[in-house]
Amino acid sequence: MSGPLTIFDKPNSYIGKPVDRPDAKRLLQGRGKFVDDIQLPRMVHGAFVRSPVAHGRILSIDLEEARGVPGVIAVYTGADLAEHVTPYVGVLSHLAGLRSAPQMPLAVDVVRWTGEPVVMIVATSRAVAEDAAALVYVDIEELPVATDMERALEPDAPVIHPDFGSNLAWERTVEVGDPDAAFARDDVTVVERTFRFGRHTGVTLEARASVVEYDPSEDQLTCHYSGQAPHMMQYIFAKHLGLAEENVRVISNDVGGSFGIKIHTYGDEIATAAAAKLLGRPVKFVADRLESFLTDIHARDHVVHGRIAVTQEGKIEALAFDDITGIGPYSMYPRTSAIEANQVLNLTGAPYALENYRANAKVVFQNKNLMCQYRAVGHPIAMAVADGLLEDAAAEIGMDVVEIRRRNLVKDDAYPCVSATGMKLDDLSHHKTLDLLIETMDYDAKRAEHAALREQGIHRGLGLVSMIEVTNPSPMFYGIGGAPIASQDGATIRLDAGGAIHVSSSVTEQGQGTNTILAQVAAGVFGVDMDRVKVTTGDTKTTPYGGGTWASRGAGIGGEATLQAAFALKEQVLDVAAVILQAKVEGLDIIAGHVCDTDGTQRMSLSDLARTVYYRGNELPSDMSPELVATRHYRVSDFPFVFTNAAMAAEVEVDPETGFVKVLNVWAVEDCGRVINPKLVDEQIRGGVVQGIGGAFYEECIYSEDGQLENATMADYLVPMAFEMPDITVAHVETPTKTSVLGAKGAGEAGTGGAPAALMNAVNDALRPLGASIHQMPMTPERILRALGTV
Amino acid sequence: MSDSKMISVTVNGETTTAAVPVRQNLVDFLRNTMGLTGSHVGCEHGVCGACTLEVDGAMVRGCLMLAVQADGTQVTTIEGYGDRAAALRDAFTARNALQCGYCTPGMLASAVEYIEGGGAADRAAIREHLSGNYCRCTGYQSIVDAVCDVIDGASA
Repeated sequence: MSGPLTIFDKPNSYIGKPVDRPDAKRLLQGRGKFVDDIQLPRMVHGAFVRSPVAHGRILSIDLEEARGVPGVIAVYTGADLAEHVTPYVGVLSHLAGLRSAPQMPLAVDVVRWTGEPVVMIVATSRAVAEDAAALVYVDIEELPVATDMERALEPDAPVIHPDFGSNLAWERTVEVGDPDAAFARDDVTVVERTFRFGRHTGVTLEARASVVEYDPSEDQLTCHYSGQAPHMMQYIFAKHLGLAEENVRVISNDVGGSFGIKIHTYGDEIATAAAAKLLGRPVKFVADRLESFLTDIHARDHVVHGRIAVTQEGKIEALAFDDITGIGPYSMYPRTSAIEANQVLNLTGAPYALENYRANAKVVFQNKNLMCQYRAVGHPIAMAVADGLLEDAAAEIGMDVVEIRRRNLVKDDAYPCVSATGMKLDDLSHHKTLDLLIETMDYDAKRAEHAALREQGIHRGLGLVSMIEVTNPSPMFYGIGGAPIASQDGATIRLDAGGAIHVSSSVTEQGQGTNTILAQVAAGVFGVDMDRVKVTTGDTKTTPYGGGTWASRGAGIGGEATLQAAFALKEQVLDVAAVILQAKVEGLDIIAGHVCDTDGTQRMSLSDLARTVYYRGNELPSDMSPELVATRHYRVSDFPFVFTNAAMAAEVEVDPETGFVKVLNVWAVEDCGRVINPKLVDEQIRGGVVQGIGGAFYEECIYSEDGQLENATMADYLVPMAFEMPDITVAHVETPTKTSVLGAKGAGEAGTGGAPAALMNAVNDALRPLGASIHQMPMTPERILRALGTV
Repeated sequence: MSDSKMISVTVNGETTTAAVPVRQNLVDFLRNTMGLTGSHVGCEHGVCGACTLEVDGAMVRGCLMLAVQADGTQVTTIEGYGDRAAALRDAFTARNALQCGYCTPGMLASAVEYIEGGGAADRAAIREHLSGNYCRCTGYQSIVDAVCDVIDGASA
């Protein structure tokens, strides 16, 4: 190789290196700064009275006793807050026809799900607030409920918003080619299945939390907020509380898990901000675990009837499905609860070359908690349906599941191309990732081993998935639909007088290592050691404007903005250095905190340069006024999203006596473009896989027919624990995205999006010789036994 | 419901006397009264392990013990582990055995207990021991790796 070294291969680059997270030290000392750690002078605490029923009319609310409890500062009903908060409606204009009703922070007149906040108590301690909450009497006339999302569409179902006439929130159909003709051909095998995906939820270990303070002297609202999108919340607080946007500051310091849970508008959080404004003193609200289960957004909840037609040679001739998804009584504000179904339409079968495709999605109101975007939005449904049908079809025609994929996956040299649903795809590597997966897992040996074990009555199975993952969304995702959600992000990098640099970015850190990645990029591109980089994120007052971190956009968008800002700062510094050193700028570089000749000879330290600029500007030419600070913003253009792709496999052992499934192995090969820090990416994928295992086997929000959540505690809602989890093998293919210099896509969704499909396929592989199959998640022991016909 | 009782408790070597509400749990006392916010609250019913800490040498759930029950005891929180957790901290950092860091203090306390109890570098045994501590971010694998690293290093 010849030519100058690039930021990716020069010796002092941090890009691609498994460097440690600088913030680990703090978190390992118990010195994290989470919202509930904040104590402010005169701070008071909120607690909520929540609806005990799924649907009902509020006849009266008796607050007398609650108000009399010593320590109670204020009591608010929905009507009280309606005078101070404007309603919000969760629709996006580009999802044509999507409808939702206006929502208020506390229910007014009608309650529509169990757990909906009805009354807020503010008191000197949370304990006192809860005491008072227990003394509130809300008289509710129960109304008929619509909980089952299929029955909610029937003509005689109770209508949750009578003005709408039905419980259908949104419907979209995509049709390409002539699927009916393809299914009718006599040379195809048609496989038809009904898939059911239970509701689950994020269970962030730190519950939703906010401490809001209001300074009436400046009309300034400051919200310490456990969330992912501070600028979005700044807009929402300002708009709905009647404040100037510049007078709202949202600070998201350490966030104890998010996974998409903490990017939405929750009534109790808006009520907390309203209370702080009305009282002129800090108000803290931290959801307890019961409140989290009842009101943190839920995810999935789909029934999908799917069909695939394949030829004897394994070519997919047609794929079609109808998806029904239940979203609770409202479409969540401001991202809407229709995005998930839209993703299912867009992503199902997208790794494969499809000519005939039809998909219909119905998004349905129901009297359950709201459903909305959670990690890997729509992906587990799309992957499980397409690859579930594909593996079942392979079994029908007697073809190996790897072979049928090889015959249908879009070729690695076919990009750019457009998927059957119209998605622009580029820089993907389905065949390369599949090949590496097969090699990594030693596929043939595993198949032989399983066949031998079957002779001994041991039922193991392998299942695969080939997937694409939506990352780095452009304005086409939300902004185009009118949502106050930035798709661009910014970074400001400043050289300090001591020679360190300070990076301030609008993407946020929730534990995935965003701040580390930004430090790596900035240090490597600009030319200082990583311990000379300080990173600030999560503060609308001090960071550039941007979207925050969701949809795996931190590295791809925030990282590229940081890279561009680092280049710009470097250019400035070298311009100054050239003048001071009377050298040609092309002959200078910055290495390890020093301005150097390009051969590495040190000429002056960055500290000396910065001190000259800041303290002794008289030594510079009068027409030179260096700022030593640069800001750059970046958004993905030309593409609505950047996609990654992955191939994954799971190995399970099913015990037909008990229905228990042991996950023995998961292998994941992802192509997330440029890997900035393999240590962080690998554990992102593993953490994602474990959440996928949760969805596949354990996690489900179980509702009674009348809309009571029956397992709203951590003791009843099963989350994957260390003991049940396997070691997970991760490998990478790196196809950098051409949309940026950095080339990073995203890595956060793939594990959660793909693992459930691989696991379901593995279970069905194990069950097939027993004449059974399952297409419902979570795949509980009882459901496995039902599939086997033993219960 | 405001009944209080005086307690005297030694936390990380420092003895404090305080009036505590009789219904207040230990972790709330440590966090809100003592300002030791390293112990976290995840579920408040003893399942998630985020509030795991040491009382008189035994691991307890800070959310399942009342502050008044800690009267006269020696309590060690994450802030007081010092050198006992130094090797684990290094290994957790090297392995990236944490993400959001919320479960981490409790996870470290359980890992210290396993190692000081003479636990072997046996992945299944470590996984079983740590199964009282939820982590929603990592896949647990890096945590098991970190514990193994410390045990292997100690026995080398």
